[in-house]
This record gives sequence, C-alpha cells and structure tokens, in this order.
Amino acid sequence: MNLPRPRPRLDQENTAFWTGGGEGRLNIVHCGDCGEFTHPPRLLCRHCQSENVAPQAVPGTGTIDSFTINHQPWAKGLEVPYVIARVKLDGAPGVYLTTNIVGCPVEAVDFEDRVRVVFEEQDGVFYPLFEKAD
Amino acid sequence: MPSKEAYITGVGQSEVGVRLPRHPLLLTVDAVREALDDAGLTLDQIDGVFTYPGKMAGYTAFSPIASEDLIEVLGIKSKWHMGAMEQPAQLSAIGVAAMAVKQGLCRHVICFRTVYEAGGMADPAQYMAGAKQDTVSGSSQWTSPFWATSAACWTAQYAARHMHRYGLTREQLGQIAINGSRNAMANPRARAITKEELTLEKYMAARMVTTPLCLYDCDRFSDASTVVIVSAEDALDEVSAKPIRIAAMSGSVDRYSWDQVEEFAAYETGADLWKRTDYTTADVDTVQFYDGFAFLPITWLEGLGFCEKGEGGRFIEGGTRIARDGELPLNTFGGQLGAGRLHGFGFAHEAVTQLRGKGGERQIAGDPKVAVATSGGGPMAAALLLTRD
Repeated sequence: MNLPRPRPRLDQENTAFWTGGGEGRLNIVHCGDCGEFTHPPRLLCRHCQSENVAPQAVPGTGTIDSFTINHQPWAKGLEVPYVIARVKLDGAPGVYLTTNIVGCPVEAVDFEDRVRVVFEEQDGVFYPLFEKAD
Repeated sequence: MPSKEAYITGVGQSEVGVRLPRHPLLLTVDAVREALDDAGLTLDQIDGVFTYPGKMAGYTAFSPIASEDLIEVLGIKSKWHMGAMEQPAQLSAIGVAAMAVKQGLCRHVICFRTVYEAGGMADPAQYMAGAKQDTVSGSSQWTSPFWATSAACWTAQYAARHMHRYGLTREQLGQIAINGSRNAMANPRARAITKEELTLEKYMAARMVTTPLCLYDCDRFSDASTVVIVSAEDALDEVSAKPIRIAAMSGSVDRYSWDQVEEFAAYETGADLWKRTDYTTADVDTVQFYDGFAFLPITWLEGLGFCEKGEGGRFIEGGTRIARDGELPLNTFGGQLGAGRLHGFGFAHEAVTQLRGKGGERQIAGDPKVAVATSGGGPMAAALLLTRD
C-alpha cells in the first residue's frame, strides 16, 4: 500500500493507542478496578464505569477471527489486493482490532491464523498491523 | 388524544435513477405528492415530518434534504419533526413517527428518505465537500487507517466467517442478487438500475469487491426519494387508502463499533420483534430485508427465525423459496441490489404495496396480509411488522 494511510485525529482518549507503537507497546484501555478492557479507548471502563482506567500494553499477539481480501481501490492509487482482518487479541478478552495482515501473500491468510503486531509509523502515528506468527 | 395504533396510510416514490438531473428537493416533493394522492390526504392535513438521517452537512449526497426544508417549502404546519442518524437504523424514522401519532402529538406525518449519492458523486464540490478531510475521527478511525474504507469491507468479514463456520457458499449467496434482479425486472421504478436478469454464471464470474462480496453483492448509488405517511388510528376516517397497521417494531444497538460485535444486530432485533406481537414467522406472507450487501438478508432470515442460525444459505439454496411464487417472497421490488440504494425506506414502501395488492406485475399471489420490513446492518438494526387486519 503505497498511499499514506488516513490519519486518526489524536485526542485524550486515543493517543495512547495510536502512539504506543513508538515504544513497541500495543496499548488497550484496562480497568484497575474490575480488570476488564475497553476498546475503542474511553475515559471510563465500559464494564463497571470506573474512571480508574489506564492504557496497558497487551502481548501484541492474537488470532484471526475473520478476514477479507479487498480488491477495490477505495482511493486513487491504492494498491490492491490487501487483507483486512478482525484480530482477536491475546490478553484482552473481548477486544478485536480491525487491521491489515502484512508480510505474506494474500492467499496465505486463513481463519484462526496466529498473528503478531508490527507497527508501521507515519508522522508519529504507529499503525498496528499484524503478520503471521509462524 | 393518544392513539392505540399507528398505520401506514400512504406510500410514494420519485423516479429512481443514476445521476438524475432533477434536484433532490424536487424528487422529495414528487414522492410526497404521490404518497398524499395514495393516502387521499392533502398537505394541510400533515402535521409532522420525520426523516433519517437528517441533512448531512458536508455530505449532502448521502442526505440532501432536511425535515425543515419540507416544512418550509410545503407550508406544513408541523407539530413535531425530526431528522436524526442516532437511531437503531433507517426505518427508525418511521418508528419514531409511529410513536408521535400514538402519543397524540401528530395525526398524519410524512416520513421520508432522500438519497442523491449518484448525482452527488458527479458534483462533489456541491454534495461531498466534507469528504476530503485531513484526519479521521470517531468510529471511522478504527477502520479507515487500514483501508477498510467501506461498510462492504466490514460486512465481508462477517460473511466470510459465516462461510467458514456454517458452509455458506457463493452460489447460495448469489441467490439474493439474482432474486433481486428478477424482481427488479418486474418493477417499473427499477428500470434505470437493472437492465437484465442476473444469471448465476454471470454472478460467479463477477469481479470481487472484497471477498466474498462481488460487484453484484453491493448496492449501487442512486438518486431517489421514498415517502411513507404514518397516521393515527383515530384519523383513519380522513384516509381513502387501505391502511396498513404497524403491528410491531423493534430495534437494537449493543456495541456501536462494527468490529466489536459478535453478531449483527439483526439477530437481537429479529428476536425482539416477535416478543411484541402475537404474530409468528408462520403468519408472514412476504419479507423485505435490507440488502445493501447481499449477506444482510441472510442475517435477517436467521435473526427473525425463518431458519436456524447458520442455515440461511441452505434456506435460499436455488432461490425458489424466496422467489415471488415461493413460500417466502423476498424483496419483491428488487431490493436495493436490484432497485437502487433507496437506503431502507424501499422495504417499507414495498411491504405496504404488496399488502394492498398494488404490486402490478410483481404482485405476489395469495392475498398477503402480513409482512416484515427491515433496515440496518452491522451493529444497528430496526424492523417493522406490517399487517392488513
């Protein structure tokens, strides 16, 4: 994908997620009271409504719950095909990320594949992409 | 005075086309006129206007007309109006209108959905000025950075999972678009959208948009307005058309994020609809299911309980069951795949048309009395049970 990726507007809720990759951290909001995770990130826990929440680095590994091989260039010059996947994160029960699976041919991606995060940096934003773990 | 029931008393639709030269406000007025004539009402009897999602500043191709535009230009003396996207799904506008007439706030209200997505694409400066942004925010920040730009990409992943888990095949999925094209060929308003019947061969050979969804699995930007008039029970003596009762409605949103839901909201909304009525699936004569993407009607078939979860593909196998002469005629006007992206309201319009026996060439047999119309996809859904009783 040779086009610059759409850039998230950083704010109080999402900055730890989008910049954590600079320190190699995949940050997901974690509740210090009930222990559950909240994603998309919020300033309170969506499970117990506690404000005792903070970004916590999760292992950065996961499993492909589902995926699609996208063939449509949604922007002029966008290289296709590429894989969009819904990854079930290890260590953060109930949290899924929409992401891209990179570093392998699109045909090599399958359900239940084990994957690990790789960060792609663009102007200070670290996009969490995933590659096959084995 | 509060009213026990709410009825749909008139339906109308503008010309449906791709890059129509007619301004979307005029398309909307065309649809209003047809609906008023249908109901036997005049503008001075209208006292409310409801729409989804309301005028979208910066992206008026998606929704060019405000409820206030209609109030202003048609001289409506409105008692209540609303245009909002923060609702379970498109048909919620009709649901809120039903609440308004039941509450006694209004007697006869116009509900409308106008789209100008084809014409707007051709004139982005006027209709899509807000589409070019330096950054993404809100829910789109979790998908757009990964070029999961379209709802097609989000829906495709759940369709692919259905194939993986339950064995849905492309041949089965293709029956939604094939059925839609066949029905669209019998719908005069779909002439600009569907020119010929889709064959399985052509479907299987179509280019992929995002697997497993091919070109024919995705609806097409259209220009049109669809109007539904909702009336209070105690105002029915002012109406000349056969009223269709809104016997039940349901809607649900659990997680707003497309990628955090385990299942689409059609399952929760579908199950909930039957808790609000004595009717059952066995009573339903026709279903009009939101098909912005071909996978969505499968979630509605399963969610409403017409078949078991995971059996949707086998239920539509070969297409005979969902054909106009089948046991459960689906999207008899062509759906959005066959008749254009009317964005939700086409399903209510068609349900009413069929229940009144006004479908012309596409009318189903057997004196239909009960229909389900649905809208939405992903984490949001709304359903209407419509009856002639």
